[in-house]
Amino acid sequence: MAQITLNSLAHSYSANPQGPEDYAIREMQHVWEQGGAYALLGPSGCGKSTLLNIISGLLQPSNGEILFDDIRVNDLKPEQRNIAQVFQFPVVYDTMTVFDNLAFPLRNIGVPEHKVKSKVYEVAEVLELTEQLKRKAKGLSADQKQKVSMGRGLVRDDVSAILFDEPLTVIDPQLKWKLRRKLKQIHKQFNTTMVYVTHDQLEASTFADKIALMYEGQIVQFGTPRELFESPRHTFVGYFIGSPGMNFIRPELTSRGLEFEGQLMPVNEEMIEKIRKLGTSNIKLGIRPEFVHVWTEANDDAFEVTIGDIEDLGTYRIMSFMFGSIPMKARLHEDQKVPVKNARVSFPEQWLKVYVDEYLLELTHE
Amino acid sequence: MNKIESNKGWLFVLPVFIVVAFSAVIPLMTVVNYSVQDVFDANTRFFTGTEWYRDMLNNPQLQGALIRQFIFSFTILAIEVPLGILVALMMPKKGWQASLALVLVSLPLLIPLNVVGTIWQVFTRTDIGLMGWGIRELGYAYNISRNSGDAWATIILMDVWHWTPLIALLCYSGLRAIPEAYYQAARIDQASRWAVFRFIQLPKLINVLVIGVLIRFMDSFMIYAEPFVLTGGGPGSSTTFLSQALTAMAIGQFDLGPAAAFSIIYFLIILAVSFVFYTTIMHMQKDKTTSKSGE
Repeated sequence: MAQITLNSLAHSYSANPQGPEDYAIREMQHVWEQGGAYALLGPSGCGKSTLLNIISGLLQPSNGEILFDDIRVNDLKPEQRNIAQVFQFPVVYDTMTVFDNLAFPLRNIGVPEHKVKSKVYEVAEVLELTEQLKRKAKGLSADQKQKVSMGRGLVRDDVSAILFDEPLTVIDPQLKWKLRRKLKQIHKQFNTTMVYVTHDQLEASTFADKIALMYEGQIVQFGTPRELFESPRHTFVGYFIGSPGMNFIRPELTSRGLEFEGQLMPVNEEMIEKIRKLGTSNIKLGIRPEFVHVWTEANDDAFEVTIGDIEDLGTYRIMSFMFGSIPMKARLHEDQKVPVKNARVSFPEQWLKVYVDEYLLELTHE
Repeated sequence: MNKIESNKGWLFVLPVFIVVAFSAVIPLMTVVNYSVQDVFDANTRFFTGTEWYRDMLNNPQLQGALIRQFIFSFTILAIEVPLGILVALMMPKKGWQASLALVLVSLPLLIPLNVVGTIWQVFTRTDIGLMGWGIRELGYAYNISRNSGDAWATIILMDVWHWTPLIALLCYSGLRAIPEAYYQAARIDQASRWAVFRFIQLPKLINVLVIGVLIRFMDSFMIYAEPFVLTGGGPGSSTTFLSQALTAMAIGQFDLGPAAAFSIIYFLIILAVSFVFYTTIMHMQKDKTTSKSGE
């Protein structure tokens, strides 16, 4: 059990990296608290597996340090870090029985056999593997094998953390859900720090209390699934989280305020002042499709837009429309009236987020 | 499904059948033919039935050769298999070192059999051969044409040098096929080096090892050129193996009938041993997988 701290950690696969783009992990500062259930979410190639392998010690970072409860573990090998890792493809020792597989990590560190036995039975019970204990691991199905590899992480009581590297990739969809619940249950029961790497936002938000969203080797936001949804701190978070992602427009800063194709956007004065002070031209406004307000009759705040197609997704509908020259999307409830051809939409001020140089601009209220 | 009577599809098998007939069945039948007759000349022959077979099985010379053959084959297997695995484990995994190691290891395999014999014949000479001379200088009266122990040791050493690379290459390819995640998982499970070998590498090597052992058994059981060139079967008949004894009988003494009978026995022994070996291994494999039927 440990708190894992990443102290100005960075990693590059090339021997002498030139710029930030040579880094798989850009310098970061991060803390995984003891007992938390975390997800490390991001698109393929964003460095999430690299980060995981650095934590487990399979990879040496080029800069910075990793601390387990204030103890520097950079120079410790994976076997000395006392960590468990579950891989994308289930790893089982084919020739051994399920029992021997689960007992393997304990026997390796010389735990007495009666203790091994009780511990293995306890873990098998939790994972519902008791009936399979005497079988050879070779004949198991993919999800059972994955449970065995998870089990090998759980048998050691003192493990610092359990790391999951997209563990449900090879599992059938209906079993995925079951295993995910199992993981959640295990987390509650064992109170171990768990870090779960995935590129699936649904998987991340059902498993984790807090999600770290990675993009180009950086953690761009670390927060609860709700925080990631409601106030994305980076345009990428807005784009990546949610289905469909956030709508973005690029307004211009004029004397009247923020204008988009001649129309004034509902952004308050204080914010406009702040943007003026920053003096940058990379300004974006973002709003989630869920928060776009669709009106059926004329309204002072609403803009006229042309409706494209409507996608019916069962419990809700996605309406595509053209806001000036920009295609946007709005999410409608299934019983909401759908306007024909032309519609009026408005962007509630609280949900219209301002991004300067791709990062969220917020007003700090003193 | 209904079976089609006089299926013309069988005609497709005909070319293979003809090829196999000419390459295996007809030559083999010729031998069978000789083995049951006593042939004097083109016109004079007698049917002898199983007489040659009984003769051969009771022939002390051939019995001796057979025993030596078994000792030889099992000795070299016992050395080459573990050694080959060890070499494969030590070979570098990537980079130019891996390519270099592959070339160096496979070199002995590229040398023709009788050349191998000749190389070792020169190598072990006590006047100009490095090894023979070296051992002499160390104070041991090394002589492969006098001392049968020396001859045996040299032939085994030669075979190990020549054929261990085959096992090593097979194992090397088997090891390369193991996904990296297995090693990573083993490290995280704090497995010892031995445990990694015993529970990850060896199980994954079983398949290539079965092939390797079968090939090496058959090949070594038929060994001819190398000992023939190196020791000529001597001293005495201490290194005369089956194929050499057979050749001496068939070509040297022109005893076609007994030689043919002996060939058949020889063939059956190889077939039987290979079969027993193969089914045993396959049976062991099956035991592992059938445990899943417990559902």
